[in-house]
Amino acid sequence: MNLDTIIFLVSAVVAVFGGTMMIAQRNPVLSVLYLILSLVAQAVLYVQLGALFLGAVLIIVYSGAILVLFLFVIMLLNLRGSEDFGHGSKPISGVTKFVLALLFVFELIAIVRTSLLQADSPIGMMTAVPVDFGSVKAVATLLFTKYLYPFELAGVLLLAAIVGAVVMTKGPEDEGAGATDELYGIADKEAEGEK
Amino acid sequence: MITLSAYVVVAMVLFGIGVIGVLVSRNVIILFMSVELMLNAANLTLIAFSRALNVLDGHVFVFLVLTIAAAEAAVGLAMVITLFRNRETVNIDRYNILKW
Repeated sequence: MNLDTIIFLVSAVVAVFGGTMMIAQRNPVLSVLYLILSLVAQAVLYVQLGALFLGAVLIIVYSGAILVLFLFVIMLLNLRGSEDFGHGSKPISGVTKFVLALLFVFELIAIVRTSLLQADSPIGMMTAVPVDFGSVKAVATLLFTKYLYPFELAGVLLLAAIVGAVVMTKGPEDEGAGATDELYGIADKEAEGEK
Repeated sequence: MITLSAYVVVAMVLFGIGVIGVLVSRNVIILFMSVELMLNAANLTLIAFSRALNVLDGHVFVFLVLTIAAAEAAVGLAMVITLFRNRETVNIDRYNILKW
């Protein structure tokens, strides 16, 4: 058992542990923290697979931005895990769902085990990491040449998402207008005019 | 050296945890995080195959998936805020009618 295997085993166990604890928590804040733990372990796996750039991106963008957004919303809505969710939804019970999902996992693993991914198949064993594999330069070269068009489309999609999120959370029209007027002192002037 | 299938099995287990989370969780925010976990499991598979086949294209796909995940999180959380404003709850079972 060399160092590589130990690192793999530890990060795999931590990733799975973090994911399991995430769905088991009542308090959403703890849930987010466990997901961050799982993501950091996954970033270690990325780095082990030679994806240095994406490992950094996973920590910076995912743990740093997306999950902070989750935390922000949880604290904005003031959720503390004290909300009563009742017992069992009507159509299918929670236990049935759990068993079905577990069967799904075993099915997936069985497929992987019996398919081409055996250790003796050509792609099963990984060769040594090529120089420059997964570096910023290598990924960026591919991103700005072969995949330039999808990259630009992703930018447009992000813009659409930003506009959509702002429009959706803006609230009722009159409320927004009132707040703006107050901000600029227009409401006060109008009130004086009425007098 | 660790085999490709080891990484794929880890990704499968993570994906399965995400599926369990989506099916079982009643808190809409935890449900969203389960979806994020499933996206990440798919990313891990892409990176593992990218490494095994020695092509970098998978890394670009993962980059694009991360972009989509960010957009999805932003829009999804905006929807959660709007729903919470109307219903005062994050219990997914209470979001059972489209109009009220």
